[in-house]
Amino acid sequence: MKILKWTIGLIIFAAFFYFNFFIYEGELMLQLINVILFSSLLVLIRVIIGPTAADRIVSVDILGILIIGLTALLSLYYDESFFLDVGLIWALLSLIATLAFSKVLEGRQLDD
Amino acid sequence: METKTKSRIIVFVFALLVWFALTDIKNYQEVLIGIAISLLITFLAGHFLITTEKSQHPVKRVIHFLFYILKFFWEMIKANLEVAYLVIHPMLPIKPGIVKIKTKLTKDSAITVLSNSITLTPGTLTIDINEQKKELYIHWINVKTQDIDEATEEIGNRFEKTLTEVFE
Amino acid sequence: MIDTIGIILICIGIAFDFLGVLGLVRLPDVYNRLQAATKCVTFGSMGILLGVIVMQGFTSFGFKALIGIVFIILAAPTAAHAVARAAHRSKIPLAKISVVDKYEEDKELKEETLKEEVKV
Repeated sequence: MKILKWTIGLIIFAAFFYFNFFIYEGELMLQLINVILFSSLLVLIRVIIGPTAADRIVSVDILGILIIGLTALLSLYYDESFFLDVGLIWALLSLIATLAFSKVLEGRQLDD
Repeated sequence: METKTKSRIIVFVFALLVWFALTDIKNYQEVLIGIAISLLITFLAGHFLITTEKSQHPVKRVIHFLFYILKFFWEMIKANLEVAYLVIHPMLPIKPGIVKIKTKLTKDSAITVLSNSITLTPGTLTIDINEQKKELYIHWINVKTQDIDEATEEIGNRFEKTLTEVFE
Repeated sequence: MIDTIGIILICIGIAFDFLGVLGLVRLPDVYNRLQAATKCVTFGSMGILLGVIVMQGFTSFGFKALIGIVFIILAAPTAAHAVARAAHRSKIPLAKISVVDKYEEDKELKEETLKEEVKV
C-alpha cells in the first residue's frame, strides 16, 4: 500500500517537473510561476482530504502566504507594482479569517 | 513625556512612513490624505503600542535589536534546512511531543517576540502560555528531553539574553 | 549580475515553498503540519520578496516588498499559534508516535482546581 502511494507520488512529481522545465517553452519566470501554482494544488488536496477542521484552516492560511510569493512573481513578469498590493491585502484578509476561524473552533463567541 | 503621548507620536510617524512607501507621491493632495488617515489611526489605536517604560537607553536597544535580527535569520535558515531534510526523508524520522519551558521575561512585548521566534526556529512551535507561572508550552518535532530545565536550556536560552537587553 | 542574484534568491524561495507544501501533505498530524508549513512557506515567500527587492532596487516595488516581509514575519507565527491552541482545546489528538503531552496533563489539573474554587 505504502509502496503504491510512493510510486504514484513520484510519478506525478517527475511528470510535472519534466513537462514544466523541458517540454513547456515559456520564459523562466512563467516556469517558476507554474511551480507555485502546482504547490497551491497540493494545498488544495489537503483542504479536500484533511481529516479535521484544523487541517483545513491551516491549509487556507498557508495558501494566503503562498499567494504573496505568486503576486510578487506576477508583478515582476508584467512590470506592474500593483500586484504586490493585491498580495498584501490577500495576506491581511487571510490572517483575519484564520484568527476568526480558530476562535470559532475553540468554542468561544466573537466578542469574548 | 507621558507614555501614551509618546506611543501616539511613534504610531503616527510609522503610519505616515507606510503610506509614503505604498503610494507614489505625485502631488500635495496625496500627502494631505496620508496625514489625515494617519491621524485617524493614531486617535483610534495609537495608545496600544507602548504601555510600559523601558530602563535601557534607546540607542543601545536598537543596536541589540539589530544583533538579534542577525541571530534570528541564522537560526531560521538552520530551521528550514532541518525541516526540508525531515520532509524529504522517506521514513519521516520524527518523535513529536509537547514540553514545557520556563521564561524569565516579564513584559508582554518581550514574551510575544520570544514565542514568535520560537515558532520560526528549529522544530518548535509555541502553543500556549501560563501567565502566572511564566511557562510556555512548546510542540517539539523531535523531543530530546522531557525535563523542564534542560528543555529551557535547549530552546529558550538562545534568545532570552538578547531579548532582556532589548525589551526590559 | 544583480538580476542573476535576484533569480537565485527567487529559486531558493520557490524550492522552500514547494518543500513546505510537501510537508503539509506528508506529515502525520495537524501540529507537525503546522510546523513544517509555517516555517518553510514563510521563509520561501521571504526569499521571493527579497529577490524582488534585489532586482528592482528601492522603487515602489522594493518598498512594497519590504512591507510584505515585515508583515509575513509578524503574521505567520501568530496565526500558527492561534490555530495550534484552538486545535488542542477542541480535543484534536496528537499523532500516535508522539512521546509526551505536558499540556494535556496540566489542563486536567487546571480544570480540577477551577472546580474546587467554584465549590468553595
